[in-house]
Amino acid sequence: MSANGFETVCAGNSRCSISFSDQILNVRLSGEIDQSGAGTLREKIDRAAESCLPQTLLLDFSGVSFMDSSGIGLIMGRYRMMQTMGGELLVAGASPRILRLMQLGGLDRLPIFGAQSGAQFGA
Amino acid sequence: MKPINSMSLTFDSVPENEGFARSAAAGFLAQIDPTVEELCDIRTAVSEAVTNSIVHGYRTFPGKIRLNARIYPGRKIEITVSDRGCGIENIPQAMEPLFTTDPEGERSGLGFSVMQSFMDQIRVTSAPGKGTSVRMIRTLSAPETDPALQPERSSEEQL
Repeated sequence: MSANGFETVCAGNSRCSISFSDQILNVRLSGEIDQSGAGTLREKIDRAAESCLPQTLLLDFSGVSFMDSSGIGLIMGRYRMMQTMGGELLVAGASPRILRLMQLGGLDRLPIFGAQSGAQFGA
Repeated sequence: MKPINSMSLTFDSVPENEGFARSAAAGFLAQIDPTVEELCDIRTAVSEAVTNSIVHGYRTFPGKIRLNARIYPGRKIEITVSDRGCGIENIPQAMEPLFTTDPEGERSGLGFSVMQSFMDQIRVTSAPGKGTSVRMIRTLSAPETDPALQPERSSEEQL
């Protein structure tokens, strides 16, 4: 993906829009994230990240209405990828329900929620 | 105890049916007016159970998945997801958080943990080569009464 490029992907019950600017790969997720679409999302995000080599990968969950543990695997995998690339992963916009699932998966212990992480998890 | 109502569905072990299964369960249970939270919990638990059947039970060959839902008196619901897939050799190990037989697929290994967290009880029965059945039970909260739907008090009562 070129700088400022923009791509929209349909993956099972979910969709994502990917854009890149100012060293941030912005992935806006929407719909329902489950196993049926997680593989395609993973592939598209990884391909964009390998193409752009961003400093930050931002996963925006504000349009996600449902997520099961497939989403936890998606985040964990992208966290490891960004660590390998020397960048950072940030997760934003998750609803309280999805945050609860992320907490169950131990994601609240990772530095991926920015400065607001304590408030998000009720700490 | 005899259920008040029940339903049964059989569908193919394809990922497209994950969304169908959780929507079908939610649609059936809507008749007893669960809260949004309860419905979301149940949808998530069903999604995890069906995904397990597809990804683990039928990882080497396709098959059928059966979804049973029952409503009992006292707002108790029971959902069973069963398959005739490869089965589980070691159930306690499979239920450990983060355990997965599919690390390459970036499965988090949290399927059973999510089911246990979002439902009151979960019981797994399985036999290698014969399949797996996951039975989940939850008692729903009493329905909230909407003041707008209550009968109006008479003027004498108000005084």
